[in-house]
Amino acid sequence: MTKAAIAPPGIALPAAEPALRAEPSPIREFWTRLKARRTAMVGLVIVVALILMAIFADGIAPYDPIATDWGAIRSPPSWAHPFGTDEVGHDVLSRIVFGARASLGAGLTSVALAVALGLPFGLLAGYAGGMVDLAIMRLTDALLAIPFLILAIALAAFLGPSLTNAMVAIGLSATSTFVRLTRAQVQAVAAEEFVEAARAVGNPPWRIAIRHIVPNIVPAILVQATLTIAAAIIAEASLSFLGLGQQPPEPSWGSMLNVAKNFLEQAPWMAIWPGASIFLAVLAFNLLGDGLRDALDPRQRT
Amino acid sequence: MRPEPADRYPLLSVRNLSKHYPLRSWWGGKSAVFRAVQDVSFDIRPGETLGLVGESGSGKSTIGRAVTMLNPPSAGTVAFEGTDLAKLSAGEMRRMRARIQMVFQDPYAALNPRMSIGDYVAEPFRLHRPAMARGERRDEVEGLLARVGLDPRFARRYPHQFSGGQRQRICIARAIALKPSFIVADEPIAALDVSIQAQVVNLLQDLQDELGISYLFISHDLRMVRYLCQRVAVLWHGRVVELAEADALYEDPRHPYTRRLLSAVPVPNPVEERARLRAASLLPPADPDAIGGLVEVAPGHWVADTRYS
Amino acid sequence: MVPESPKPLLDVRDLGVAFDSEGGAVHAVNGVSYTLKEGETLGIVGESGSGKSVHVLAMLGLIPRPPGRITGGQVLFAGRDLLRLPERDLRKVRGGQIGFVFQDPMSSLNPGMTVAAQIIEPLRIHLGLDGRAARARARDLLDLVRIPNAGARLDQYPHEFSGGQRQRVMIAIGLSCRPKLLIADEATTALDVTVQAEIIGLVQELKREIGMAIIWITHDLGVVAGIADTVQVMYAGRILERGPVDDLFRDPRSAYTLGLLRSLPDLSRGRAGRRRLHQIEGAPPDMRHPPPGDPFAARNAYATSRCLTEAPPLAQAPGAAPGHLVAAWYDLPARLAAEEAAR
Repeated sequence: MTKAAIAPPGIALPAAEPALRAEPSPIREFWTRLKARRTAMVGLVIVVALILMAIFADGIAPYDPIATDWGAIRSPPSWAHPFGTDEVGHDVLSRIVFGARASLGAGLTSVALAVALGLPFGLLAGYAGGMVDLAIMRLTDALLAIPFLILAIALAAFLGPSLTNAMVAIGLSATSTFVRLTRAQVQAVAAEEFVEAARAVGNPPWRIAIRHIVPNIVPAILVQATLTIAAAIIAEASLSFLGLGQQPPEPSWGSMLNVAKNFLEQAPWMAIWPGASIFLAVLAFNLLGDGLRDALDPRQRT
Repeated sequence: MRPEPADRYPLLSVRNLSKHYPLRSWWGGKSAVFRAVQDVSFDIRPGETLGLVGESGSGKSTIGRAVTMLNPPSAGTVAFEGTDLAKLSAGEMRRMRARIQMVFQDPYAALNPRMSIGDYVAEPFRLHRPAMARGERRDEVEGLLARVGLDPRFARRYPHQFSGGQRQRICIARAIALKPSFIVADEPIAALDVSIQAQVVNLLQDLQDELGISYLFISHDLRMVRYLCQRVAVLWHGRVVELAEADALYEDPRHPYTRRLLSAVPVPNPVEERARLRAASLLPPADPDAIGGLVEVAPGHWVADTRYS
Repeated sequence: MVPESPKPLLDVRDLGVAFDSEGGAVHAVNGVSYTLKEGETLGIVGESGSGKSVHVLAMLGLIPRPPGRITGGQVLFAGRDLLRLPERDLRKVRGGQIGFVFQDPMSSLNPGMTVAAQIIEPLRIHLGLDGRAARARARDLLDLVRIPNAGARLDQYPHEFSGGQRQRVMIAIGLSCRPKLLIADEATTALDVTVQAEIIGLVQELKREIGMAIIWITHDLGVVAGIADTVQVMYAGRILERGPVDDLFRDPRSAYTLGLLRSLPDLSRGRAGRRRLHQIEGAPPDMRHPPPGDPFAARNAYATSRCLTEAPPLAQAPGAAPGHLVAAWYDLPARLAAEEAAR
């Protein structure tokens, strides 16, 4: 039967069914929800600003971050050096700007590595089950038994001090979290009826995993990744502070703190600015992560 | 002992199907088995709708998943167009799914929330007609959406933008994409509002008339089963207690459980319904342990042998 | 209006409920007014989103606020406005003078408490009974809802009861304080049809024994046909039709009621006389943007142009039994007669 058949003569049917009204795409809808969360937007703005700062560090920084100026050692903030200078006359502002590359780069790269390793193994464990699951999970259990930072320090010490090795160490240490999360998410999604419907229509197992399960676990992974970036930034700072990350004279917020600790009384600005930067970056990623969690929560959907 | 129709070659032939689940005791040993379905046999003819009715726990959904091999049976054979499905390899079974489809109860759960409905309906073509050109596939999807009464422009939308009735139409569009000869519909209207149920039932009926699809219609809605099904099997505690032409079963129910079930259906007419309630000295439940094999009491009317009658 | 010889037990006046959501306010209940006499059984029929459950939850103060809010109206129960009662007084009414039974007996019962403890709780709160008296009353209540061997079963946990028995326990709790009104919200929807029949039979018997008024909320026209004195059909947050049960089923005046009745297949009709099922086209309106007129107009073949622009009031249907009210601008019997003549 057509619509016309039920329309009384002479009356135009209103635009009928609710779904016909222009509805936003899922991504736009998600963006609307995220925008409504002010703290998340604050986090997002800071994150974007920090990333832009890292990318365009050459244009922003007033000085070469590794150029030493023996005429201006440990000089307090001034018009020439708004954040002051350090014990060898590096401009602190320039080092903060360039240090964002190391800190954010370490955060993003190590988490990318953790997701790249954790997602497939978690998928395998959650979807294949049986002995594969058992083996993967016992291994991650063992890794999870060691505190994140301790493991990262041990791995970085083993690999040797460099920023790249610090990233690898942090990434490997964070992997087990993602294996575990992915596995739990996969198991929850795999029990849903649309996965059975996918089998019923003739999907092979690999296609069910890629097309039907993975898209549904992405939100949870994204939230966890954002929060883990914050933890990774702290980890990078800690490794650099211990001399296991960025090597001098290249700047990183953690290594700047490492040096600054010797001059806390004479030149507190050397410690304040990198400390504040770490604080700000970690706060921003955490705010964003919390906002993403709320905006992606399917329970709040209509 | 076999309730076989003599006149036409069956499309689906289920014989002695059983599904058992081991019950594990707390120390991990297998102590007993739960018999969800026991020794069920039935045929479905081409173009026929067989109703499978029963209450919760009767095993009707288990049978639906067993005949489609989504949850294969523990014992028995499921012959589809002469092929024993249990003997197929995983790959062969996947190819067979082009001919056997399923419609699920909960259209909210059966759609992938992160797949557009166009992609969802197109999936059977991607899987079973990989050579099909993109444009042709899009035309097919639009035709299918229109066929089930949805605007083809909806193809780019996502499931949460649709009502329950519309979602069930989307599921049906996907199920008929490859023109299957058999669809298992597991409580397809149970989650829908009353005013939407008739739309979906009429659609299923129209599709059968057009495409000659056979249905296994699993439902607890005895009114709708009578309307839609040529033959009906009544399940109780995992066994078929009665199997007959719908008219014979509803007008002359022989098994005590069938009578009990039919007498419990409310009638939307105040005078009749009050009379039914007054008369409702519900027959006492029969003893499930007393269910025996099926006996043909009239042509095509099979009733489980019980110790009392 | 309905001749109200006994003073109404419940008098709902122009009740409105809305839920705030990101896409705008959802107007779940719009200007619902009705009365319920002592001892009357009112069947409320509607689909999901009709407001049939929400308006009852709202008047008992059981909708979460926010996002829910009452946009207006009064609910007079035994002379007091429930909507303006302090929460403490409302708690005394809820489970005391008004008992209720919900759809899912499993999630309504606390799995970690014995059945006795859950029946005794309201008895202590509302009736102030001490331990022994409350326990004795709990036993009587299980007897009342025909649970065999009540004394022994009191100390069992909900999972030891079958689905139908759990709903009996819920009814026992609902009746525990001798309420004047029992509200059953889809109380048999989750149950098998044979169990539903038992529960309905039980409620009928209890009504004869206790004499409480009942509001029975359901989507099943068959269920209300047998137990209701008055039937009220709700759609999109409004009452479209209300009347004495026999009159409403025999002579429906709302196209929606008629559509629902016609869309049900007949259990006694064989395949030979089979016609295509009558289907109501379209879907209910989006309650974030309720249509200005009759909410059913867009799906109604008998709608007039006025239906699309102006919401009809609920008023006595011309030529129908007294108290048979309909909200419609069109005259359904006349339209049906014209249709018949045209054939």
